Amino acid sequence: MPNRQRRAALAITMGAVLGLAGALAAGPVLAQAALRTDLVVGMRLEPPHLDPTAGAAAAIDEVTYANLFEPLTRIDAEGKVVPGLAEKWEVSADGLTYTFHLRKGAKFHDGTDADSADVKFSLDRARGAESVNAQKGYFAAIAGVEAPDARTVVVTLSRPDGLFLFHMASGDAAIVAPESAGANKQTPVGTGPFKFERWVAGDRVVLVRNPDYDGPKPALERVTFRFISDPAAQVAALKAGDIDSFPQFDTYEALPQFRDDGAFTVMVGTTEGETILGTNNARKPFDDVRVRRALAHAIDRKTLIDGVLFGNGAAIGSHFPPHRAGYVDLTGLYPYDPDKAKALLAEAGLPDGFATTLRLPPPIYARRSGELIAAMLAEVGVRVTVEPMEWAPWLEKVFKGKDYDLTLIAHTEPLDIDIYGRPDYYFNYQSERFNAVGAELDRTQDSAKRNALYGEQQRILAEDAVNGFLFMLPSATVQKSAVQGMWVNRPIQANDVTGVRWK
Amino acid sequence: MLAFLVRRLLTLALTAWLATLVVFAVLEAIPGDPALVMLGTSAQPEAVAALRAQMGLDRPWPVRYAGWVGGMLHGDFGTSLTYARPVAGLVADRLAITLPLAGLALILSAGIAIPLGLFAAGRQGRAGDWAVMAFGQMGIAVPGFWFAILLILLFSVRLGWFSAGGFPGWEAGAGPALKALLLPAVALALPEAAILARITRTAALDTLREEYVRTAVAKGLPRRVVLRRHVLPNALIPVATILGLQFSFLVAGAVVVENVFTLPGLGRLLYQAIGQHDLIVVQSVVVLLAVTVVTVNALVDIACAAIDPRPRVTA
Repeated sequence: MPNRQRRAALAITMGAVLGLAGALAAGPVLAQAALRTDLVVGMRLEPPHLDPTAGAAAAIDEVTYANLFEPLTRIDAEGKVVPGLAEKWEVSADGLTYTFHLRKGAKFHDGTDADSADVKFSLDRARGAESVNAQKGYFAAIAGVEAPDARTVVVTLSRPDGLFLFHMASGDAAIVAPESAGANKQTPVGTGPFKFERWVAGDRVVLVRNPDYDGPKPALERVTFRFISDPAAQVAALKAGDIDSFPQFDTYEALPQFRDDGAFTVMVGTTEGETILGTNNARKPFDDVRVRRALAHAIDRKTLIDGVLFGNGAAIGSHFPPHRAGYVDLTGLYPYDPDKAKALLAEAGLPDGFATTLRLPPPIYARRSGELIAAMLAEVGVRVTVEPMEWAPWLEKVFKGKDYDLTLIAHTEPLDIDIYGRPDYYFNYQSERFNAVGAELDRTQDSAKRNALYGEQQRILAEDAVNGFLFMLPSATVQKSAVQGMWVNRPIQANDVTGVRWK
Repeated sequence: MLAFLVRRLLTLALTAWLATLVVFAVLEAIPGDPALVMLGTSAQPEAVAALRAQMGLDRPWPVRYAGWVGGMLHGDFGTSLTYARPVAGLVADRLAITLPLAGLALILSAGIAIPLGLFAAGRQGRAGDWAVMAFGQMGIAVPGFWFAILLILLFSVRLGWFSAGGFPGWEAGAGPALKALLLPAVALALPEAAILARITRTAALDTLREEYVRTAVAKGLPRRVVLRRHVLPNALIPVATILGLQFSFLVAGAVVVENVFTLPGLGRLLYQAIGQHDLIVVQSVVVLLAVTVVTVNALVDIACAAIDPRPRVTA
């Protein structure tokens, strides 16, 4: 082949490749129409399935909660319990009987009525022997469920449960129908203002407006949840305009570039995620409160929040979020003081410090915090071996097997301070004082009294320095400036888009 | 040729069986409970136990292993523990993305590399050769995922020609689907094209030095005919071998590229399934990948045997 021909062949090959690229790139140009009625929401993780009553993955609720499924009660943007499928309810004076009145025209997406029999089925299913509900404990106090008529449900409890309405508002308590419950993992059928359209596995879930919804209809006609796990890809998808709103955006280092860009709005709110240095209270030397207090003094929360969250997060001094009523500020109890930490260690018989292991689950906040804390503890003579783990082994070994010294995790369930009263929890913490206050809480409905009791529990945990109390995970949302109505705070893990509109 | 084929098929079966054993043993040894992963940190032990029973994890391992392998022999790959869908369907959906992606990347890679390699061999030591070699060096040195991010920044963020990832699904039509695969295919093809261009160049240069080429030139054949009839077929043997090996690299590379471009391919399925400890999916996908790689390698051997009869005798 003469040179010229060879060159020509090469040029044709390259030309064909580029031409293909060009032809494919020339997609349809979207006309600037009236207000958009569709929304593309970015999420980091894909839900494993779409049945909120059979899995703990936050991503399930982040697609379905309030949009597709409705519980009896629900949580609003401020974290308050408001009507869900039940439009109103009464609680008996002894706190043992709850009477729920269901919305009149409520229907499932398959057209069948959502009535008291469905509620009874849903609650009995969640608490039954075969239940695979991730929050089966929420239903533990239920003694019986009666359906006196189609729109009334009477739930009797075996003991008072101050959080019952709150727990019935979780995605795990979504009301499902016996005919469709078995298939909800792939084709969810709920009662919400949006219904399921399709799921392109690995890429997106599409919901469309439910024309037969009996309540106020949402402004959006179509909502697409797209799953993008790679941080660089998240930023690129936002910049390229593929994503309209990205809640729970945890690439905090990218927030400034969106703040500086007029096309985007950045909102930073609160979550319920108390991030703690989980400590095995049964294992030496952590069974000595002086050692745990030494660790608390050795950790500089300010540096941690700057380094891990790029300044977007609040320090905590106990296991309770600062934005909730009942919060007591205990961050001053163990100020950052390496010398004090060393003195406490010496007092505990460890003047030369000790060696320990920190087992870290996969989330980026855990990995980054772990590295910083290992360095901080080294300053006071505690030699930390950092051991990164995958999620499944972490659950098996650390959480279930309690085989660990230190770990680091955010506890994202709302109002979960009661985990410190569980007899077999992975902290291996036992306190009769704490449990006595917990029993009092269950008997108390009055919110002022409840808040005082929560304050007492926080103080007990802080004094015992059960875990290293670090910071609250922030809820950052990056979105196009014309999107309105996304939640700023995350009182529960959900992306309620029923009130979202374009301006 | 028949004995050669039988030998290759036996190797294939043995490799597949060994792969099932290794994958199963490794997953048994890794701590982790899919039921616990599903139900999370607030789960009550009896709910986890109920889910384990539902998933069939309460049976002893020999029963589960036999059930799994036996099912696969009948074409039943089991049901995903997390997605609650048949694995065969899940994998088929994902293969509908990964195979076209790898195929497109392979075509791009060969389409770019073979002409470039021949071009460079033709002008050994001159500027064109240096340019191709420099391209090759760079293509090998640049990590695929980084190149992918560069492509997104240029074509999606700056120019807005492509989406920054994602896949509309084949039901959206071949045009949009192929468009979504093009950038990932380029990202996947570049490092492979760089290697292949160098291999092609070296192979062509070696062949050009052969005595039969000199003889062909000496007996007066035009250069074009010499290249086509004598140089190209002989230079293609190493190229075909590498191309076959590259298919495995492309499938493996797809795991990374699919994550950057958020393509719901097999690589991403595997990645997510490992995170979820979805044993059935991981086992089946890994075995499938092993079988694919071994099959492709066998096909390459057979193809090489067809091009060049020598391995048939000696192998």
